Amino acid sequence: MRHIISILIENESGALSRVAGLFSARGYNIESLTVAPTEDPSLSRMTILTWGSDEVLEQITKQLNKLIDVVKVVDLSEAAHVERELMLIKVRATGKDREEMKRMADIFRGRIIDVTESTYVIELTGAGSKLDSFISGIDAGLILETVRTGVCGIGRGDRILKV
Amino acid sequence: MISGAEIVVRCLQEEKVDCVFGYPGGSVLHIYDALFKQDQVKHILVRHEQAAVHAADAFSRSSQKVGVALVTSGPGVTNTVTGIATAYMDSIPMVVLTGQVPSFYIGQDAFQECDTVGITRPCVKHNFLVKDVKDLALTIKKAFHIAATGRPGPVVVDIPKDITAQMCEFEYPKSIQMRSYNPVVKGHLGQIKKAVQILQEAKRPIIYTGGGVILSDAAQKLTELAHKLNFPVTNTLMGLGGYPATDKQFVGMLGMHGTFEANNAMHYSDVILAIGARFDDRVIGNPEHFEEEKRKVIHIDIDPSSISKRVKVDVPIVGNVNDVLEEILKLMDSGFKANPEVANWWKQIDEWRGRDSLRYKQAEHIMPQYVIEKLYEVTGGDAFITSDVGQHQMFAAQYYKFDKPRRWINSGGLGTMGVGLPYGMGVLMAHPGAQVACVTGEGSIQMCIQELSTCKQYGFPIKIINLNNGMLGMVRQWQEMFYSKRYSQSYVTSLPDFVKLAEAYGHVGMKIERPEDVEPALRKAFTEHKNDLVFMDFIIDPGANVFPMVAAGKGLTEMILAEDL
Ligand SMILES: Cc1cc2nc3c(=O)[nH]c(=O)nc-3n(C[C@H](O)[C@H](O)[C@H](O)COP(=O)(O)OP(=O)(O)OC[C@H]3O[C@@H](n4cnc5c(N)ncnc54)[C@H](O)[C@@H]3O)c2cc1C
Ligand SMILES: Cc1ncc(C[n+]2csc(CCOP(=O)(O)OP(=O)(O)O)c2C)c(N)n1
Ligand SMILES: [Mg+2]
Repeated sequence: MRHIISILIENESGALSRVAGLFSARGYNIESLTVAPTEDPSLSRMTILTWGSDEVLEQITKQLNKLIDVVKVVDLSEAAHVERELMLIKVRATGKDREEMKRMADIFRGRIIDVTESTYVIELTGAGSKLDSFISGIDAGLILETVRTGVCGIGRGDRILKV
Repeated sequence: MISGAEIVVRCLQEEKVDCVFGYPGGSVLHIYDALFKQDQVKHILVRHEQAAVHAADAFSRSSQKVGVALVTSGPGVTNTVTGIATAYMDSIPMVVLTGQVPSFYIGQDAFQECDTVGITRPCVKHNFLVKDVKDLALTIKKAFHIAATGRPGPVVVDIPKDITAQMCEFEYPKSIQMRSYNPVVKGHLGQIKKAVQILQEAKRPIIYTGGGVILSDAAQKLTELAHKLNFPVTNTLMGLGGYPATDKQFVGMLGMHGTFEANNAMHYSDVILAIGARFDDRVIGNPEHFEEEKRKVIHIDIDPSSISKRVKVDVPIVGNVNDVLEEILKLMDSGFKANPEVANWWKQIDEWRGRDSLRYKQAEHIMPQYVIEKLYEVTGGDAFITSDVGQHQMFAAQYYKFDKPRRWINSGGLGTMGVGLPYGMGVLMAHPGAQVACVTGEGSIQMCIQELSTCKQYGFPIKIINLNNGMLGMVRQWQEMFYSKRYSQSYVTSLPDFVKLAEAYGHVGMKIERPEDVEPALRKAFTEHKNDLVFMDFIIDPGANVFPMVAAGKGLTEMILAEDL
């Protein structure tokens, strides 16, 4: 099962390596990881996309809670939540492809944020699957570079992760 | 204002640390200078940093205090890693202070620089790099707090040299609050009630206890509870002494080298009351085989991640053993009726006991089991026994009947050869004048043999019981049983003359080769040489094996017994 784990962690140097080290030492997988300080700069919020059975997830959450720097852990995917990922994709945009790229970006509600004579940089946000289908929807030969942030997510409504 | 180095020493004094095990070097010279100028905190100079950490670890294991080690940067730190990992695996509270290159050199591959926080991260409960002298006292306070509370463990504090020179006001925080660290102590009352209900219904109950009982100083409450319940009790290797081994309800250690009755009682139980024990793979054998029997499991542990990790638990109780047992006892006072069928269970257990699975045959050579039995008699069952790792460790665990907690000092989780001698030093610093024997093998003892020199300097009168089979016996046993006797690299040739070796270090050496000499030699060592370190080299039967044995991958009841061979 796919899970999105959100972590509030003390914003200390080395905190990230404690989390990453835990995953590699115990053989848990990390599909993506994002981290940045919160509105309270002494805390960072980390989002990890991982896969595992219920037993493995139970251990992951318990082990994360054991880390001294970790303040709170929730499995967002346990209940209603929204998730987003940002992708910047640089594509070749010449001749008839230039028009086609613009059209694709519009269909996916992307924005072109950098333009040269032969390239576009398109900004896209959405669920990971939406970004995937954009990539598979265009000619692979035209993709020059992609960069993705990995998933970040937040609980819906009253589900709040705060100290 | 005082210097950072003086702050370190003042913090140790505030924590009532009376001794530190260590080894000096460039980056800790300021701290050593501060130590020199006072006499409240004693310093024990080891001969290898690994031993400093083992000794600090044993200081903790044998007392309720937190052991402290102090080492220099770079190689000083890398030498401690085995010791830190050993303490970590057995959840032993400890603070390791490490010197670091000056903060403005960090990251430049400076002389004796290593990434201490990075290298130790996977084997500590937590670690810190102090970046500002103003944080020093608070960080050390946190280190002691984290090491000793919750599930205990080692904490490393890495201190750059320039910080030990800087001046700062000293104020030691009285208490500490951390929003990210608040271990649960009291168990959930609803869960405890559920547990008591299940205990009343149990027909074939077993109390299975481990290191958590020792760490929580709950031996007395456990004994009280077990007596009230009249249920059988088994201990893990780490739990020995948590329940009196001479008590009639004790069925012995369980697991890979557990007794026939303990393993059967565990396997065929209908209710397990697990207390501070983590269902280790050396304890339950093949997990699928173990799960074949249906039973209810109640698990008391301070660390939620120990619960339902390897065995599914029905009633988890997160909390400190001592507090939870107190609650259970209170609930039982208001009316508890054990199931009368438990009487039949005891009949079954007594039948299993009848197999006498620890029986062994005397031979022409000295049998290792016999040495431990005599050691038990000669020390009145009241010594601190430290052990190394191998067959001798298992013999000590099986044949020395520990009635008190914190008397059995060994490495269970990491299984580190070489701990025995430094463990003896740590015990003696915590309990000056106590009887201390180190049960070891000719393989293990050579891994920290240099500490004979430390023992001379400080007059540690450890009795080294070297069960010398001329073999890496535990390895040989596996090769004999599972590799068709292909003894690849398990035979130790060119052993030193241990008697001369002991004498060279200024100690007493004895070589004992005949069974009839075992007891007189031990008596002599513990009376005439009470105040000497005595290296007793027992030349034992090289073929002796540890039984019962649950082979890797086998079920807990599929034991190989000595009588089968
Ligand atoms: C050669 C060799 C052979 C071995 N053979 C065996 C064998 O036959 N049988 C055997 O049992 N072991 C054996 N071991 C040891 C084994 O590897 C494990 O170390 C041991 O079984 C673990 O013991 P434990 O379950 O008591 O856990 P420990 O490692 O002692 O863990 C303690 C548990 O208690 C919890 N705890 C700590 N403090 C508290 C508290 N205050 N309150 C509540 N809970 C707390 C912890 O969270 C943890 O879960 C062997 C080791 C070696 C080297
Ligand atoms: C540092 C370390 N290296 C290797 C091992 C693997 N090992 C476990 S027991 C053992 C043999 C120990 O030999 P000895 O100390 O003579 O004890 P014996 O089994 O003969 O009683 C070995 C090599 C270990 N536990 N620790
Ligand atoms: Mg040997």
